[in-house]
Amino acid sequence: MFGWEFPPIISGGLGTATYGITKGLSNNGVDLIFVMPTKKGQKFETPFTIIAADEVHRIKKYSEVIARISVSEQKSLRQSFTIAPYFTKEIFEEFITTTQNKETIKKLYYDSKGIMRFTGNYGKNLMDEVYRYGLIGEILGFSEDFDIIHAHDWLTYYAGVAAKKASGKKLIVHVHATEFDRSGENVNQAVYDIERLGMENADKIIAVSYFTKNIIVTRYGIDPDKIEVVHNAVDKNRKIEQFGIKKNVDEKIVLFLGRITMQKGPDYFIEAAYKVYKVMKNVRFVMAGSGDMLSRMILRMASLKMLDRFHFTGFLKGMEVERMYAMSDIYVMPSVSEPFGISPFEALVYDIPTIISKQSGVAEILKNAPKVDFWDVNKLAEWMILLLQNEDFANEVAEKSKEDMENIGWDNAGLNIKNVYSKVINQ
Amino acid sequence: MISVVFYFQVHQPFRLRKDYSFFDIGTNHFYEDHHANEMILNKVADKCYIPTNLMLLDLIEKHNGKFKVSFSISGVALEQFEKYNPYVLETFQKLAATGHVEFINETYYHSLSFLFSRKEFKEQVELHKKKLNDLLGVKPVTFRNTELIYNNELAAFIEDMGFENIIAEGANQVLGWRSPNFLYRPKGLYKMNLLLKNFKLSDDIAFRFSNQGWEEFPLTAEKFASWVHATSGNGELINLFMDYETFGEHQWADTGIFDFMRALPDAIMKHPDFHFNTPSEISKLYTPLAEIDVPYYISWADIERDLTAWLGNPLQDAAIEKIYQLEKAVKKSGDPDIIHTWRKLLTSDHFYYMCTKWFSDGDVHKYFNPYETPYDAFIIYTNVMNDLIQTLKKRALIEV
Repeated sequence: MFGWEFPPIISGGLGTATYGITKGLSNNGVDLIFVMPTKKGQKFETPFTIIAADEVHRIKKYSEVIARISVSEQKSLRQSFTIAPYFTKEIFEEFITTTQNKETIKKLYYDSKGIMRFTGNYGKNLMDEVYRYGLIGEILGFSEDFDIIHAHDWLTYYAGVAAKKASGKKLIVHVHATEFDRSGENVNQAVYDIERLGMENADKIIAVSYFTKNIIVTRYGIDPDKIEVVHNAVDKNRKIEQFGIKKNVDEKIVLFLGRITMQKGPDYFIEAAYKVYKVMKNVRFVMAGSGDMLSRMILRMASLKMLDRFHFTGFLKGMEVERMYAMSDIYVMPSVSEPFGISPFEALVYDIPTIISKQSGVAEILKNAPKVDFWDVNKLAEWMILLLQNEDFANEVAEKSKEDMENIGWDNAGLNIKNVYSKVINQ
Repeated sequence: MISVVFYFQVHQPFRLRKDYSFFDIGTNHFYEDHHANEMILNKVADKCYIPTNLMLLDLIEKHNGKFKVSFSISGVALEQFEKYNPYVLETFQKLAATGHVEFINETYYHSLSFLFSRKEFKEQVELHKKKLNDLLGVKPVTFRNTELIYNNELAAFIEDMGFENIIAEGANQVLGWRSPNFLYRPKGLYKMNLLLKNFKLSDDIAFRFSNQGWEEFPLTAEKFASWVHATSGNGELINLFMDYETFGEHQWADTGIFDFMRALPDAIMKHPDFHFNTPSEISKLYTPLAEIDVPYYISWADIERDLTAWLGNPLQDAAIEKIYQLEKAVKKSGDPDIIHTWRKLLTSDHFYYMCTKWFSDGDVHKYFNPYETPYDAFIIYTNVMNDLIQTLKKRALIEV
């Protein structure tokens, strides 16, 4: 796995996300070798190996590989070794000149010990560093023992692609953000090219949202079937504005999202909503989803004549789900019986305070979330009103609940990524 | 002498977009499925309106004005002719110009407004009257309410508005042992004439014509004329009221419906006592036989002949109640677009689509329903209505 940041070295959301993913994968029994540019002298306590690029002696590693393998293998190795890093014409030319003048290589990349320099920052020579990280990726592709390659964001795509070419193993690139998210329409062409190269060479792409997936398809021309969406467990940056979503109604929104079946308790949601409807004007209710109880729920809502502030969306998919969450102010999961219930996590990703039924497995984890018996519509209505009328309190509830879910949330993301791994390896 | 009265109903609603979702509320004010409306209108024009109008023009000419018919064309249908197929309108104008076709007044928006707002009802009747005058140059004296919804109160209200004749369903629950084949007088009134539909003979054409399981199949003009002639001696008028789309659309051309209709005037007038007349002529030819008391609403829909096709289930009741609650705010806006948009949402079809009684009349409902389920119809309708409410709120016409 190639990353750029890892706690305690973090400057943006990428480090946190990478940490969560490694943790989630480890907890799901995946062995990792994590590569990053530099440890900056910091200590890391992880259940897996971390390789810092600025500690890799490329020439030594190369000799180690040569010593380990047979002559015929050496020959093919030699060939790919000289071919692998040529990503663009410019780099190819640069490589030719530098290989022909070893002194220049040394001056450019290596310190006195023959080790390449990395800052791990996002400074002036970032492009240079990204390329050098690619060379490290290549040699590690030869030297290390692994089943699959996983690269986080464009900084590591050279490394990922080089490792793939060196090892013949499958590559997954993980898109946390695209150049369009970072720079709007004024994209840096060099960054875009690297992103595209990574995406095109990948066997599978993991996008952190359907929103991101959509960008990858439309802006990078990638086949949507090649992209899997795995939501990061907690990502504070996923705010409404970032999705380009404008809330279409002024009122606050209380959301039920799930299958509309007996087990999920949609009827209790409607009854509680009606109690709130009668006393509060500045609120709308949305029941999103489909199921065998849908028509009964629509009839019930119509009987209560809430149609000016109670809405049914039908089954939502992909981006619509994200949009719905992003627009909502309170999430309610009134399940009658729920072995676990992942949807409150989804809601919490969007900083939405979540009311859950005591009859759900997730109640054990979300210690700070308001909990009600599914049948207690009075209590449920009271909680809705309390959270709707007190924004500070609502934010606090969301914040505390998110702390509760952080660990388990990453396990879920890790499991999803592990499933992507299996799929790619077996495809 | 016995008069045969043909009255054909022409109506096309402005159908709503089937993809108008919750996310459109507050952002998207385009409610109608222009593509579907245009497509359906042109399809029905090609199959029914144009060929049938041309046939009727021929028949009127051929019989030197002895063959007569009457029409009620909803305002929203007329609007769609203007918008999508002016030729249809042209052929109706030609029919009007013969002087042998009567045009009947109804609510412009084919609405149930009489049940919810007398003020709105009156305005829609006046709007329709004006539209008929503008497009066809006629001044209607006969009224029919949407889907032949009728009661004593409606008759009285309509008489106050200056109409001479009114049309209703000859429902069993109203007539009992009496025959629909006479002119009647609504209870408590002295001037208004009431024409009741002979649903047996009307439905023989409208519904049973091509039914191969029907013992009378196939129906020929001669056979039908013999049934009409059989009323001789115990009736004065035979009221054959039906949807115009019977010709070519409900009964396809290959069922022989056009040949049947082409031959019918001759077959009926073979008997010298039988003539064709329009409703306004009837009131001059006959005197009402008796008073008819209709204290509760009747209609021509389904086997119940009542309001349950449009009202009665929670979806329909909630939606219609809410939309009529907006009347004041909509009219206060003074914005013709908003008023027109709101009024198009009053068209009865929207509530018909929400009907859940599938068992007895499900087939007919399904045939006319662009939605997969009544619940879909309700959701789309309420989404659209909520957007209209948002607009009214933004203009401070509704309290937030």
